[in-house]
Amino acid sequence: MDLYQELILEHSKRPRHAGLREPFDAEVHHINPTCGDEVTLRVDVTGTGADAIVRDVSYVAQGCSISVASASVLADEVIGHSVGQALTTFEAMREMLTSRGRVAGDETVIGDGVALSGVSKYPARVKCALLGWTAFTDALVRSGVDISTTTIDSTPRQGVSS
Amino acid sequence: MTDVLPFTDGELAAIRGDFPILTRTVRDGRPLVYLDSGATSHKPTPVLDAERAFYEQHNAAVHRGAHQLAEEATDDFEAARATVASFIGAPADEVVFTKNATEALNLVAYAFSNAAPTDDPKDERFVLRPGDEILVTEMEHHANLVPWQELARRTGATLRWVPVDADGALDLSGLDELLTERTKVFAFTHVSNVLGSVNPVADLAARAHAVGALVVVDACQSVPHLAVDVATLGADFIAFSGHKMYGPMGVGVLWGRGELLEVMPPFLTGGSMIELVTMERSTYAPAPQKVEAGVPNAAQAVGLAAAVRWIESVGIERIHAHEAALVQRLLVALADRPWVRVVGPAAGRPRGGAVAFVVDGVHAHDVGQVLDDAGVAVRVGHHCAWPLHRALGAPATTRASFAVYNSAAEVDALVDALDRVPVVFGLDLERAAS
Repeated sequence: MDLYQELILEHSKRPRHAGLREPFDAEVHHINPTCGDEVTLRVDVTGTGADAIVRDVSYVAQGCSISVASASVLADEVIGHSVGQALTTFEAMREMLTSRGRVAGDETVIGDGVALSGVSKYPARVKCALLGWTAFTDALVRSGVDISTTTIDSTPRQGVSS
Repeated sequence: MTDVLPFTDGELAAIRGDFPILTRTVRDGRPLVYLDSGATSHKPTPVLDAERAFYEQHNAAVHRGAHQLAEEATDDFEAARATVASFIGAPADEVVFTKNATEALNLVAYAFSNAAPTDDPKDERFVLRPGDEILVTEMEHHANLVPWQELARRTGATLRWVPVDADGALDLSGLDELLTERTKVFAFTHVSNVLGSVNPVADLAARAHAVGALVVVDACQSVPHLAVDVATLGADFIAFSGHKMYGPMGVGVLWGRGELLEVMPPFLTGGSMIELVTMERSTYAPAPQKVEAGVPNAAQAVGLAAAVRWIESVGIERIHAHEAALVQRLLVALADRPWVRVVGPAAGRPRGGAVAFVVDGVHAHDVGQVLDDAGVAVRVGHHCAWPLHRALGAPATTRASFAVYNSAAEVDALVDALDRVPVVFGLDLERAAS
């Protein structure tokens, strides 16, 4: 089963940065009504503009391996980076996931997120993969970050900090 | 009672041959193994032909117009009504055509005068006040839960429910406290779409009638699979969907006792259902027309009648026995796999055609994905029965649901594909078995 690459299974069995931690600025609870995937997610952000830094993303993800793995990849990719970079990563993930197999994803932009490229061939699973990410952007908004005016940050990434 | 003969290989092949879609392949050329008839069933050629023939030869707006085509269309539509009515043991004018079972259940909920736009209630049984109660169960499909929640909210009545136990059976031990003279409606499912459990309709209806409550039964998973006779069932209303019984999408049925349909206010209003219309007010036609507003889905009703005739040509008893044997075959195979937990009645207890299960350590959505990859179509999630899943302690289940066209080989294909799940997800089966 191409969809379940070893990296996805690894992330889903041992999700990175899992657990709910303090301090946090906002906590959200998102659900996928069709299958019951759910995620409770907190963000800890310094600043409110495009250069605001995501200090921490903590979460509890319950559901299918795709939704859990995607939340794990999210946390791995955005913690320690600016909100602008996080949203760039989100857009790249979304583009890949909704591409119906046409966009393979760029590892330098989305890191382990490329392991989820198979999901784009299964439209019914796209919402699973996006659940954590939409929760994250919701939490950013509730933290006072203005994501509508945040410009997409095209600065090349320096690598993942943990 | 004579023993019901199982289908011979030739008979089953002929049955499957009636369903063009079963020749489909999926996912890189694998044969389709369709085990999701509980969601929607496939349609045999006679049903497709009947609907097409209506459009090609008799199409007109029913109950309107004095020309020949309109007469033919009306005759076809009313003949379809009679066929469906006969199938469930009812007089024709007690059968109401709707879009689906969900609309049929909403029709009953909105029949309560203070929930629908009338201030002229003809019958106290269709008035709800604060202090009145509506009783449902924890195992209901959302179609037989949410409309009652909304009705309670609109009228101030209180919603109460019969709980399920850890095995998913109705816990009837507290029924005397739940079903009282305050209860105006008791709505419950005949056969659970998740658990497959068969509820004792006659007993429950008798207890409801003893306290003066109306009985509304969700028959979506019973009418397509076993013989239902409304004359002896005990319910006051039953709802079922055409598309789950080899009929077209877009047609459902509400059966109701004639004297109840007579006094119920309509749900949808407009053309067809009127008697006299002025600018200030309108009066309504007698049932069933009173509750069939607008140009009816006549082509779909004709298709549903063809589905009924097709079922009768095979024999509902034989269909029931065939599906029961497939369920048993699956339950035996799953009992051999300790890493799979089946929800619902234990083996040997009566069961409808649904088998829902949990794979330890693997979410249903992932199980379904592995099965889909092998060409096996099942449903995953909460199957529109979210409270039931909370009561079972399972966020989601995987459900196989059988119909007349399924075979023993397909049960085996499901089990073979299921055996790939522990491999893909690296389950420690030895630990699971201990």
